[in-house]
Amino acid sequence: MSGVVALLGTFPALSGFDIDVARGEVVALRGPNGAGKTTVLKVAAGLIPVQRGVITVLGSDVRVDRRSIRRHLGLLGHATGLYADLSVTQNVQFAVRAAGTGASASDAKKSVEAALERLGLNGRLKDLQVAHLSAGQRRRVALASLVARQVSVWLLDEPHASLDPEGRDLLDELIAEAANRGTTVIMASHDLDRADQIADRVLRLQGGRIVTENSHVA
Amino acid sequence: MWRDARIVMAKDLAIERKAKVALRQVLPFVFSLVLLFAFALDRVLVDDPLVSGDTVPVPFVAPGVFWLAVLFSAVLLIQRSIGLEVDDGSWDQLRLWGIDPVGVFVGKATVVALQLFVIELILGVAMTAAFQVSLPRTASAISLLLIVAVLTTIALSAIASCYGALSAGIRVRETLVPVLLLPVTVPLLLASVQAWQGAFTAETSSGWAWVRLLGVLCVIYVATGVLSYGALMEE
Repeated sequence: MSGVVALLGTFPALSGFDIDVARGEVVALRGPNGAGKTTVLKVAAGLIPVQRGVITVLGSDVRVDRRSIRRHLGLLGHATGLYADLSVTQNVQFAVRAAGTGASASDAKKSVEAALERLGLNGRLKDLQVAHLSAGQRRRVALASLVARQVSVWLLDEPHASLDPEGRDLLDELIAEAANRGTTVIMASHDLDRADQIADRVLRLQGGRIVTENSHVA
Repeated sequence: MWRDARIVMAKDLAIERKAKVALRQVLPFVFSLVLLFAFALDRVLVDDPLVSGDTVPVPFVAPGVFWLAVLFSAVLLIQRSIGLEVDDGSWDQLRLWGIDPVGVFVGKATVVALQLFVIELILGVAMTAAFQVSLPRTASAISLLLIVAVLTTIALSAIASCYGALSAGIRVRETLVPVLLLPVTVPLLLASVQAWQGAFTAETSSGWAWVRLLGVLCVIYVATGVLSYGALMEE
């Protein structure tokens, strides 16, 4: 992102925001409420239009090739994007089918099953309606959709929220595994300890700009 | 596009199979509505088109009551259809998955149309009994009834889906959808009621004239959805 200016109504959520994230890098965004963390993620996904600036994802301009770029992105936001009346498996299957991963039906089925198992959603849980799950379990289902889709960029907004300690550790493992496979991860987090542990870079935002940057190897 | 439409359709049908909102909530609402109409119109209805005076023959009133009930059902069904996507952020996920907006439109409008067809069928049988309407017997009148039902349902589902998408990101969408949708459906309601009155009163030639208008409205509403749904999803 280069020189990105984005407004939420008349409020300047990002004012001249610059960030360059490498393939396989894990970047954590920190900052007080309203600093622009969520906006950065939504702008990167092309969900919020920008007034000025350039956003390039995987070498393509988001504004020019939005639809095909989005297929390579996965966003886990505050809302999980799940259908409460469908089962856990149906939700993940729908995400994989709708996103058109290009995998054959049998490969898609295998990746759904593997993702459910990895997130601890196999057994009886996989046939349960999402409406009957706890907030943490729903978060796991949303993560399973992300894992099953095998996208190139993860955009995570407060991903540790609602998860139990085991779930948080599992998420950290998943992020590390994804980064090792070359997946780029950008996450907004208030969990400073975890952000420091798993991120290659931690950026502190305030007023829609980066105010400090700490780089280290996780 | 067709692949995405099939995926969205299968998902919405799976949700309806689980939740049964159309059968358990919309249908009882429609029955209540028709019952209220029947009570309200009790003193002005007779079942004879030749009777004059202060009374109105049932064949003239029943189509209006039927299509109004279907229109209100469409409002409820589209609120539900869009609510599914908006309530937990699925609308953004659909956009992120790069799914074809026309596929979303076709898939969602088709499911609303299928639900409306089922409601129309059950409501038609119930109203025939409750209002003691004599069904038309000629092939021309029967085909007029069916073609009007198909065209009206497709047009209504298409335009309702457009307004559903338009209101998706708005907090007051529950109240906004009927306010926006009902005025636009006036020509549709008028044409379908007039065409059915023609079928019920054996004046099928006048009924067929209204079918042409229905056909034009159907094409306009479907084309509106196809052309605008992408922009509506993004806004």
